[in-house]
Amino acid sequence: MSCIEQMKYTILLERISFKEAREYIEKNSDEVYYVSPGYKIFKDYYIIGVPPIAVGSKGNALVFPYTKPCHGSFVLSIENEDSIKEINRLRESDKEKGPVSLKKDKSLESSKASSTSYLDMWKK
Amino acid sequence: MTGAKVLLMMGCPEVPIQTSIALYLSHKLTNLGFDVTVAGTTAATKLLKVSDSDGYYAKKLVDLDKTLEDIIEKRNDFGICFAFMHNDSGMTYAATVSAISQAKMYSIVFGRHAEELAQTIEFDCEKIVTQDVHNPVRLKNKLDKVMEEMAK
Repeated sequence: MSCIEQMKYTILLERISFKEAREYIEKNSDEVYYVSPGYKIFKDYYIIGVPPIAVGSKGNALVFPYTKPCHGSFVLSIENEDSIKEINRLRESDKEKGPVSLKKDKSLESSKASSTSYLDMWKK
Repeated sequence: MTGAKVLLMMGCPEVPIQTSIALYLSHKLTNLGFDVTVAGTTAATKLLKVSDSDGYYAKKLVDLDKTLEDIIEKRNDFGICFAFMHNDSGMTYAATVSAISQAKMYSIVFGRHAEELAQTIEFDCEKIVTQDVHNPVRLKNKLDKVMEEMAK
């Protein structure tokens, strides 16, 4: 069990596909950053995901995807001292290119596959 | 290729054929000379442990998240990975391994929505797809052909 499950978190979306989690974070965050699979947050959680993985900030809260093998993907939000540190770390590592918002920049969209039919079924 | 480290990555064990295929694949690949590790969720590994209580078919059984952590931290890696998937989470875990590992990827896609799920795979891999849920024979036959190629 990662430390995430022992922290105070808010579930923003639950039991969705990873693609839906990414789209939610892109649309509902103040700032969006993209990290690689395995990016470590909160000391011991390595983010599982299909690249590019969107991680957002909403005020001082870190908004990120969390995938469980039997329960699908979730969008979680954590706001505490550590989330501020994580947001600052993302800002620092992204300084060269600056925060990216997919609301404006569609070039990073990775939805190459036609997954609509599967996702619709999966939600049922 | 024989002798390479192989990771069998099990997802949620909700669809019955995963357990039998994992045991079958582990045993066959071990007999071919591969160094096989089977990784899974707590429930998936317990199913294997009970079915194979002496560890005859699956000699190395490990925790899935710990295995990913070891690959990310460069404490371990594999030459080949067979990723089982019947839902979006399974595909997401496989995409993660594809990104963090040097392994050649084989996606074993099964269950009622296998065809649709296989279409969502964006990473480079060989896909082995059947829509079966309970009867593992068709998937076994497809994997036999894959193993024949691997043994060459």
